[in-house]
Amino acid sequence: MAEIVVLAEHREEQVREVTLQMLSKAGELGRAHGHRVVAALLCARSDGLVGALEGRADEIVVYEDDRLEHFDPDAYADVLGAFLAERSPLLVLLGHTAWSMDLAPALAVRTGHPLATDCVDVLLDGPAVKVVRQVYSGKMFARSAFRSAGSYLVTVRPGSFPVGTTSGRQTTITRASAPVFSAAAQRRFAGFRDSSGGGVDITQADVLVSVGRGIGDQENIEPAREVAALLGGALSCSRPVVDKKWLPKYHQVGTSGKSVKPKVYLALGISGAFQHVAGITGAGTVIAVNKDRKAPIFRAADFGAVADALGVLAALKTELLKK
Amino acid sequence: MDIVVCVKNVPFTQEADLVLEPGNKDVRKDNLAYVINEWDNYAAEEAIRLKEASGGSVTAVTVGSEEDEEVLRRCLAMGADRAVRVDPGDVTLDASVTAALLAAAVKPLPHDLVLTGVQADDMNHGVVGPLLAERLHLCHAAVVNGLSVNGSTVEATVELDGGQEELCSLPLPALLSVQTGINEPRYVSIMGIRRAAKIDIEVASPDSLGLFSADLTPDLTLEEMYLPPETGAAEMLAGDGPAIAARILAIIREKVGGSNG
Repeated sequence: MAEIVVLAEHREEQVREVTLQMLSKAGELGRAHGHRVVAALLCARSDGLVGALEGRADEIVVYEDDRLEHFDPDAYADVLGAFLAERSPLLVLLGHTAWSMDLAPALAVRTGHPLATDCVDVLLDGPAVKVVRQVYSGKMFARSAFRSAGSYLVTVRPGSFPVGTTSGRQTTITRASAPVFSAAAQRRFAGFRDSSGGGVDITQADVLVSVGRGIGDQENIEPAREVAALLGGALSCSRPVVDKKWLPKYHQVGTSGKSVKPKVYLALGISGAFQHVAGITGAGTVIAVNKDRKAPIFRAADFGAVADALGVLAALKTELLKK
Repeated sequence: MDIVVCVKNVPFTQEADLVLEPGNKDVRKDNLAYVINEWDNYAAEEAIRLKEASGGSVTAVTVGSEEDEEVLRRCLAMGADRAVRVDPGDVTLDASVTAALLAAAVKPLPHDLVLTGVQADDMNHGVVGPLLAERLHLCHAAVVNGLSVNGSTVEATVELDGGQEELCSLPLPALLSVQTGINEPRYVSIMGIRRAAKIDIEVASPDSLGLFSADLTPDLTLEEMYLPPETGAAEMLAGDGPAIAARILAIIREKVGGSNG
């Protein structure tokens, strides 16, 4: 029997959903292969966080220390490095989030364990550990095998696994003390800021007309806004449109923008990167128009059309103005 | 301030039809156009803006073949002063090996700040920057969408999920992986291209960097590449623009009901 460790990610007293998704995957691997599931919780105050993890792991190891109040890759790597040296787990799962994108490489270089990032699946194939990743703009999948090692580090793409339910596992809670930190904190936390507030509230619309890179030019934003208004809906967009400053951030749908739940989501010229698709899982009906028939957005759509988004937009406007 | 920016030449796959190579270990590349990785374009722009504002130098570094020098020429034309290409030869590259090669190449270069893109559009690891930072013992922050240098520290904004950002400061020298949208990358000018043509690109190899095969063992070996499994979800609408528009409006009226549209 080996151990699968899941790093609990939390922010402002809340356990992040990706943690529960990883615990559900770890639970599945644990049941299939007879491994224990251990959640590692690094925090300043564990009250409120432990409860969200209970019943989802065989053990929760809690490191409570003031140095762990805010994310600091050095402090986190010190604690986790010591924990991994003590336990030698088979597998360590971290979310593929901004924070773990700093932490996982720090752990990999400091411990020498191999690392696979942004994985959508993890396979235990006899003694071999393999991962599945998406490559080439999400248009191909790749299965890779780790070099043989004592422990394997994996960052998991958010949304790859269901949240699952508490499995009613008996959870042991272990309090551990943080090791002596190797250095003074280098990266200093200075606060959180909301980046998507203000303006139109796209989360309340019944119909969203959403534009992406395929809209081609800033001048095509206004016709899309008109079509959205004629439909009694709102205008939203994908990341490239905000990156190009064609629309303010509060229009952006996706993991770094907003999650939306319209009755109908019309995606015009949006390729469908997973960060975008993760924001429309609550949508009723998704209609996608894109001239690339292999665009990942069609995999998330109920209706699709392989066509130029601008042509369809112009035809929508003409049709709506007819009456 | 001396800045190193790491860039990569990548195949443009977004609107391309991808075909697997025999053996299913990669896609055919001969029919694909190559471009600067989108994230790296923002990182290069940020590096050059910092130099323009407060002096110093920008060195662009890539790991790649002679054909990939195009991406370095582009950075030079944007305003970089120096360019270094690490030729991996027949070394198998993954994120870890790429970071090892970059670390050896960047170490002797002057670097108060190292910028990389968050990820590359081809293999999508999103980890080379922080791995490089760890190998160089630099403080690091990933997914940065805003930064300003104040004396011996850099203030960075880290893009978190859910429309939240973290503000943090890091002592220099530091490495930041840069998110798209942090600036508006410039277009390359004819004058820039002429200037760039006069600069020699420095070439290094694992040998010249003092690396041995034991330092260059990949963490991962690709076994198989394959098309995403069919979901069969979408019902496809046929016809020209007006026909598709009519179907879309009918669907919206059915799903939303009421007097909308």
